[in-house]
Amino acid sequence: MTALDRILSHDPPRSRWLAALLVVVFVVLALAPFLFPGAKSMSVASKILVFVLLVASYDLLLGYTGIVSFAHTMFFGIGAYGIGIASEKLGAGWGAVGLGLLGAVVVSVGLSLLIGLFSLRVKAIFFAMITLAVATAFQTLASQLSDFTGGEDGLTFRNPEWLSPAFEPFETPVFGLLLDGKAFTYWLLFVAVTVLFLLLLRIVNSPFGRVLQAIRENDFRAEAIGYRTVVYRTISNVLAALFATLAGALLALSLRYVGPATTLSFEIMLDILLIVVIGGMGTMYGAVVGAVLFVLAQAYLQDLLAVGATAVQGVPLLQDLIAPDRWLLWLGVLFVLSVYHFPTGVVGRLRSWALALKVKS
Amino acid sequence: MSASTVAAAASVAEAVPKASFDWRPVALVLAVMALAVPAVGSSSTWITLTVAGLAMGLIIFVIASGLTLIFGLMDVLNFGHGVFIALGAFVATSVMGYGAGAGWSGFFSVFAAMTVAMAVAGAVGWAFERVIVRPVYGLHLKQILITMGGMIVGEEIIKVIWGPLQIALPLPDELRGAWLFGDAAIEKYRVLAAAIGLAVLAALVFTLNRTKIGLLIRAGVQDRSMVEALGYRIRRLFVGVFVAGSALAGLGGVLWGLYQEGVTPQIGAQVNVLIFIVIIIGGLGSTFGCLVGALLVGLMANYTGYLAPTVALFSNIALMVAILLWRPQGLYPVTNR
Repeated sequence: MTALDRILSHDPPRSRWLAALLVVVFVVLALAPFLFPGAKSMSVASKILVFVLLVASYDLLLGYTGIVSFAHTMFFGIGAYGIGIASEKLGAGWGAVGLGLLGAVVVSVGLSLLIGLFSLRVKAIFFAMITLAVATAFQTLASQLSDFTGGEDGLTFRNPEWLSPAFEPFETPVFGLLLDGKAFTYWLLFVAVTVLFLLLLRIVNSPFGRVLQAIRENDFRAEAIGYRTVVYRTISNVLAALFATLAGALLALSLRYVGPATTLSFEIMLDILLIVVIGGMGTMYGAVVGAVLFVLAQAYLQDLLAVGATAVQGVPLLQDLIAPDRWLLWLGVLFVLSVYHFPTGVVGRLRSWALALKVKS
Repeated sequence: MSASTVAAAASVAEAVPKASFDWRPVALVLAVMALAVPAVGSSSTWITLTVAGLAMGLIIFVIASGLTLIFGLMDVLNFGHGVFIALGAFVATSVMGYGAGAGWSGFFSVFAAMTVAMAVAGAVGWAFERVIVRPVYGLHLKQILITMGGMIVGEEIIKVIWGPLQIALPLPDELRGAWLFGDAAIEKYRVLAAAIGLAVLAALVFTLNRTKIGLLIRAGVQDRSMVEALGYRIRRLFVGVFVAGSALAGLGGVLWGLYQEGVTPQIGAQVNVLIFIVIIIGGLGSTFGCLVGALLVGLMANYTGYLAPTVALFSNIALMVAILLWRPQGLYPVTNR
């Protein structure tokens, strides 16, 4: 167990139920191409993976450092557009992917450093407002530069040969599945997300991560002890942006498409906020639990809303409220309610139960 | 009264330093206007642009003044302020649509729309304060999250009631067209909008500087706990300011919707970004700073929109960055923050 403990950076789930849940999620996601070979379920599984990384990187900011950013989708989008634009202009290939990723990382780090140095000096509340303004401007910019970004339509591009759907190295199916580029892309995502997630877990459990939590709890005291809170907050911001960029790059590889709606839109930002809150702020595992619950709900609950809408058709106000287009309304209500009544999220609840059981026995 | 007491009174008056007015930000507004003259070239275009910029600035001020007071008084940053803008604009479409059917005159239907929009936005603001804001006083992180959630829910409810598409909000015929001064065309509606903005400004200045409530509000912005210690219920005052701020946002929404001659449910989120920039520029909590910031943003938007339309998107952000480099706390920082 010590090896596993070290891999998890001495931050075990601390709840039997949570541990079981995580193991199930891990195994199911690892074997997803065999278990659910359908197109929709595979895209849902890929989306879960990307969101785990994206939300975990946001949790570094919100849950661990205690600052609210509304520009996280901007960095997510930079990563996705980096891959998309490079692959479209240079042609498919690993060179294009590498170059696009490098360019995206440079842009993201530079931009997040600038925003952080500018707005984290003064007040945390400034940061929220300024990131909102910058993200809105960036979104407009992306749709304006349509020669470059494809505008509102986005870009469709091809992956390197290994990851393209036409790539089928084996003649015969392996365990009942004909392995193709799609499956390899999925496993690339899986490995990358697992490694990066463990890296994030390592970061938040390092001495550096402890300083971030100290700043979250009381920035005045942290400063008094001798930590330059501005520097720590800025580094946290840059790290979060970096991981979000990587998540965006993975999304682009799995979709072979980038567009404003899938990366930059405010809806994605709301999704991230909701997942962080549902999963549990300040717990990296919350990102996993939240992303799984949320993406599954989003993929299959919308169908349920459609069923509900047909059931109440004809009832004047109710049919408008339950329409699948009003999905965001129920998301918002859920968000407000969970911030009030459920502030520690699923992981926090499971952990406090485990603690209560331990105290009782 | 002997000569010595008069002298003593004079020395006391000298001993208490008068708060000196900081004129440099005001000079900045004038400098921007002056710099635009050679950049724009023709003086008639400059007049048109400047009037449009000032009108836009005053509309933004009407919207943003409530937000900055709410923040200053209670340290509550309401990310949901945009909902009241959208609400006001949509109520105006309904009222003016009804007015057109009932054969009201243009002026009457505009003012009826403004009154109803203010009433509705104020009432919804009262409920918003009760349900959304009150449970999270003093918790900044939760406030940002909750009010943002409130904004989303509000926007969706507007979509349920009025539909998700853009609705035209045409100006009545009386307000269409422009007055010509030489070559300079000044649109009638912009003059009306500027006049309403100035009226709101005058009312705010009067309330804040000449009434007891205004005194309490200003004192509360400076030092809340002291005012509470003197026995005033600042919570109740705050509810009043919140309702008034929401009503002003509703009024601003009507003005903005007529300015654009159409409203979309996303209008709230768009204007929200603009007013955040304004109150950051002005200094969080400062009313006068809010006015100067709003005028700067309005002028910059119109000048850059004419000179370099592609850069116009970033003119506000560039302005904010420049001003924060100059004064990191905004143009008129509120002490104690």
